[in-house]
Amino acid sequence: MHPAPSVIIFTTLSGLGFGLLVFLGLGLPAVTGLTAFWFFAIGYVLAVGGLMSSTFHLGHPERAWKAFSQWRSSWLSREGICAVAALIIMALYGAGLVFFDSQWTILGWLGAALSLGTVFTTSMIYAQMKTVPRWHIPWTPAKFLTLSLAGGALLAGQAFAAIILLLLAAAITIATWIIGDGAFKASGTDMETATGLGAIGKVKAFEPPHTGTNYLLREFVHVVGRKHAFNLRVIAFVFAFVIPILLMVLLVNHVTAAIAILSHLIGVAVARWLFFAEAEHVVGLYYGKR
Amino acid sequence: MTQLPTSTQKKLGLVIDLDTCVGCHACVISCKGWNTENYGAPLSDQDPYGANPSGTFLNRVHSYEVTPLATSAKPHPTAQTIHFPKSCLHCEDAPCVTVCPTGASYKRVEDGIVLVNEADCIGCGLCAWACPYGARELDQDEGVMKKCTLCVDRIYNENLPEEDREPACVRTCPAGARHFGDFADPDSNVSRLTAERGGIDLMPEQGTKPVNQYLPPRPKDDLPEFDVLAPYLEPVAENPGGFIGWLDKALDKLPSKGAN
Repeated sequence: MHPAPSVIIFTTLSGLGFGLLVFLGLGLPAVTGLTAFWFFAIGYVLAVGGLMSSTFHLGHPERAWKAFSQWRSSWLSREGICAVAALIIMALYGAGLVFFDSQWTILGWLGAALSLGTVFTTSMIYAQMKTVPRWHIPWTPAKFLTLSLAGGALLAGQAFAAIILLLLAAAITIATWIIGDGAFKASGTDMETATGLGAIGKVKAFEPPHTGTNYLLREFVHVVGRKHAFNLRVIAFVFAFVIPILLMVLLVNHVTAAIAILSHLIGVAVARWLFFAEAEHVVGLYYGKR
Repeated sequence: MTQLPTSTQKKLGLVIDLDTCVGCHACVISCKGWNTENYGAPLSDQDPYGANPSGTFLNRVHSYEVTPLATSAKPHPTAQTIHFPKSCLHCEDAPCVTVCPTGASYKRVEDGIVLVNEADCIGCGLCAWACPYGARELDQDEGVMKKCTLCVDRIYNENLPEEDREPACVRTCPAGARHFGDFADPDSNVSRLTAERGGIDLMPEQGTKPVNQYLPPRPKDDLPEFDVLAPYLEPVAENPGGFIGWLDKALDKLPSKGAN
């Protein structure tokens, strides 16, 4: 799959932002007044900035409001509704903390649930894709959720929760890599089923439909950079998990926390790039490519 | 509404005969011609006369080489070239429809055709992600999703002569490799062809239940296992007599002998 920068920025930043909003909704840390304002501001800049970035890849962003209508069947529609609901509820809850010095607990829990729901619906947009076997596993939502919560815990300054969630997210990330590597083969889709010619014998692509490229190849058949996949996995793992965990365990102060967050952000962005670049769409088979 | 209808009154679709297709790409051109001038946004090209041309097509013809499995009777089977036109299969369980966030993509209850309402399409591309067949292409100029309409603006069009009321690709195919009809009717031309020739679903494991069916190539004629020209190269006479016999013996006595 083509690793579109807008979508990588969106899922990375808004995942982190909604993760922070989950902790703020649960009253962790229990902040009020100006401190609360800054915590909420960071959460909103990340979440809303990410959401806005995601509209850049649309052909017609001015019609994006229509995407709230199909929640019965579409995970993208559900994501839009969840995100807006979470942002409205959390704004009310935040206003209570910042301006009235009062914690409306139920509202906070509801906002936390909706924030987590937003991350889940985002992950299901990918996990539902039967056409991309690497994504079509239950570990995909697990990865998005744990990464979001781990990043949120880091931002919320919850050192213990951050360590536990980072360990969990690291384990699940490795699981998605190992299981994902075998997912295409396990899906049973190959050139023989794609063409229906398997009954005759082994199928090989002889001539493509056109000598040039096309939308399908640009969007779905991304092979550049896959050869560095292993190195990038190591880089992603070290930055997203190893450095933040070490910093959180060894000494926690504002400087190390900032470094841990930055390192985590870089690591997650690299992992998210790999999430797209390594994902192979079955349509590539028609072109004899993966 | 992007929920799929539980059933459709008709199941209009295509039968594509892989035995008959000669790979001439006439269907590709007629499809592009009709659909760039009619229903919805035109099918744009980028850099059409430049170094790196590309464009939107609703129908593309691939070519494959298939090597049959070796058997004891045929240890070295000959490879076959198979031309393979591919367009939207108008699936019963169309995954492209349910993922659409705006309701722009839909499957018609009356005839099962999968269409895009371009005024509602936000160009998110998710339906193209969900399609295993590469049947949907986002037009780079219009920013909306384009796909085969089964020439919905031809098949019901009473301004056209009756013989033209079928999809442009079917109408134009010089080999008769494409057939249009209603799969819900067991006696239709497409249903009978599918039954007689063993029509196949593409990627059945994806669970899309495609309506369009592909007819597999018929087995190739088996050439006899001996060399057809060999009898003509046999010596005409094994023991020549007369002048030829004398010449044969005389030539044999020369120092440099021939192969025989």
